Amino acid sequence: MTFLLRRFVFYVVTAWAAITLNFFIPRMLPGNPVQSLINRYQGQLSTDATQALYAMFGLDKETSVWQQYLDYWGNLFQGDFGLSFTYFPTPVAEVIEQSIPWTLILVGVSTLISFVLGTLAGVYIGWRRGRWTDSLLPVGSFFSAIPYFWLGLIAIAVFAVAWPVFPASGGYDGAFVPSWDADFIWSAVYHGLLPAVTIVVSSVAGWALGMRNMTVTVSSEDYVTVAHAKGLKERTVMFGYAARNAILPNISGFALSLGFIVGGTLVTEIVFSYPGIGYVLYQGVSSKDYPLMQGVFLIITLSVLVANMLADLAYAALDPRTRQEG
Amino acid sequence: MATPTTVDLPVASGEHGISPKKGRGGRGAWSIFRNRKAIVGLSILGFFAIIAALGDVIAPYDPNKVSSTLMSGPSGEHWLGTTNTGQDILSQLIVGTRGVLIVGLLAGAIATAISVLIGVTAGFIGGVGDEFLSLLANVFLVIPALPLIIIIASQLPEAGGTTVALVIAFTGWAWGSRIMRAQTLSLRRRDFVEAARANGESLWRIVCFEILPNLTAIIASGFIGTVIFAVLSQITLAFIGVTSVSTWNWGTILFWAQSNQALAQGAWWWFVPAGLCIAALGTALTLINFGIDEFVNPRLRTTGGSAKAQRAKRIRARVGFTPVYRAPAEKRGED
Repeated sequence: MTFLLRRFVFYVVTAWAAITLNFFIPRMLPGNPVQSLINRYQGQLSTDATQALYAMFGLDKETSVWQQYLDYWGNLFQGDFGLSFTYFPTPVAEVIEQSIPWTLILVGVSTLISFVLGTLAGVYIGWRRGRWTDSLLPVGSFFSAIPYFWLGLIAIAVFAVAWPVFPASGGYDGAFVPSWDADFIWSAVYHGLLPAVTIVVSSVAGWALGMRNMTVTVSSEDYVTVAHAKGLKERTVMFGYAARNAILPNISGFALSLGFIVGGTLVTEIVFSYPGIGYVLYQGVSSKDYPLMQGVFLIITLSVLVANMLADLAYAALDPRTRQEG
Repeated sequence: MATPTTVDLPVASGEHGISPKKGRGGRGAWSIFRNRKAIVGLSILGFFAIIAALGDVIAPYDPNKVSSTLMSGPSGEHWLGTTNTGQDILSQLIVGTRGVLIVGLLAGAIATAISVLIGVTAGFIGGVGDEFLSLLANVFLVIPALPLIIIIASQLPEAGGTTVALVIAFTGWAWGSRIMRAQTLSLRRRDFVEAARANGESLWRIVCFEILPNLTAIIASGFIGTVIFAVLSQITLAFIGVTSVSTWNWGTILFWAQSNQALAQGAWWWFVPAGLCIAALGTALTLINFGIDEFVNPRLRTTGGSAKAQRAKRIRARVGFTPVYRAPAEKRGED
């Protein structure tokens, strides 16, 4: 249990560091974004909004950085990320709250499918290396080198424009109001299918390659040889001895690459105008909505951190060595 | 773990790797050029490098030049068609190659240097120092790089190529460093390191001559992986319009294609070539990575002599497997 406690403390520290970084980023960067914003909105911003902006960017000379930092934490605990410009006067927290379920479901489901499929394929290809399956590797590396968003563009061009079987954009049919009835859920699934398939296709090869390489490495280990020598069935050796050890780096890889995956899928959402957090970030970026961008960034970071923590726990449960060293 | 530093790759699936004729002599650094995967990868990379170097000279048109041929598909005059303002897409691709390569390689080099420094140090010293460096790496890891890059780049007054490369490097080193640390951790208690320590070797010598050579493959693949990441990030930034949309790179082309409804109008020539270039560059880098693995892994060399004999018996060589394993391998080879 001391191990778990140690990890927990560790992640709390990491979360603190990430949140603090989020506080300092706008303050460390050169330039005066507030002034450029005020110019851009040409008097449409109220005095309060201007004041809030100055406070947020640390340009408010009257309060010390320390006081700003305390206020920042105070607001954070109340779930207050400020007001969005794009959706003025909706609070950023509300905008995020509406978009995050879409992202969680789309990214969560497609990433899990991709991880499981890729890992199984990787075990198989790695175990039978030297066969025709190895010729899949260059194809795989080609697919993992394609940016998610470009595959999304192609998917739209083929399946929504040239051969219109799927909708090109949106998360659900505009005729529905988001609720938990069957029609709406069906509509959401229908709209989510193309983005999900895009994410799976462009990420599955990466998992397969990693798992294949680990399987190849592990299958030359002595314990695999011993398992063979004992006359165990090949299936048993493959999954019980080789894959079981090979999957450890893949699981830590799963946690670590979540940040990358989320980054990629955010852009997929942009391409499909999917109502998730990536699209919100895009709107924030294109209208220079700094409070929205900061809020989205913080939420994404914390989610990835939580996912990391979960994967770390899973890893510890699977690999006793981590409990002694590390 | 016997060979965690390198990744075995098939030798019997083709003539590449170790064919007995030329593979045995492959000890010099140049023998990587005898590897088929590496050759293919390096050729593609070289092709792009030449285009990047000569970009302005060989581009048939000025990429910004507006002409009267609007939104037309590939033709003899415009090999890859034109945009809605009549700009030549092939020229945009050619001129944009330089930015893509420079930012990718620059970011990769900086990030790899940081990750080696931090990863190896953390793995080797252990204790509090390790805790601190791992914490640092973890902070940078859990922060999703792309949104961070977007946040920083969109708040900077000017987001040019070098700035983007620096931002990518400072957010992208943590991955490599964590892998490097784990590897160093598993190496530092090995017999040969203990032997060096017992011999009274200095810390620097142990790190540089015992640890680092065993990390070559990871460093190389880390570098190439970061270059791929940097290329993709930079193109994504350009695509969503965070970085300057007036300097050409492959992402800028996609940005204009997207914002001018190229998809809805079926102008495939506008967005397909740029994507294929990205994928080709990524594949080339991955293939080089495979080649490096085959070159670095000593197992691939030592078993070379018996590969011929095995082929004579119609056994597919599985490099690194002990003789015990040959029985099932043989059975499988006959079915």
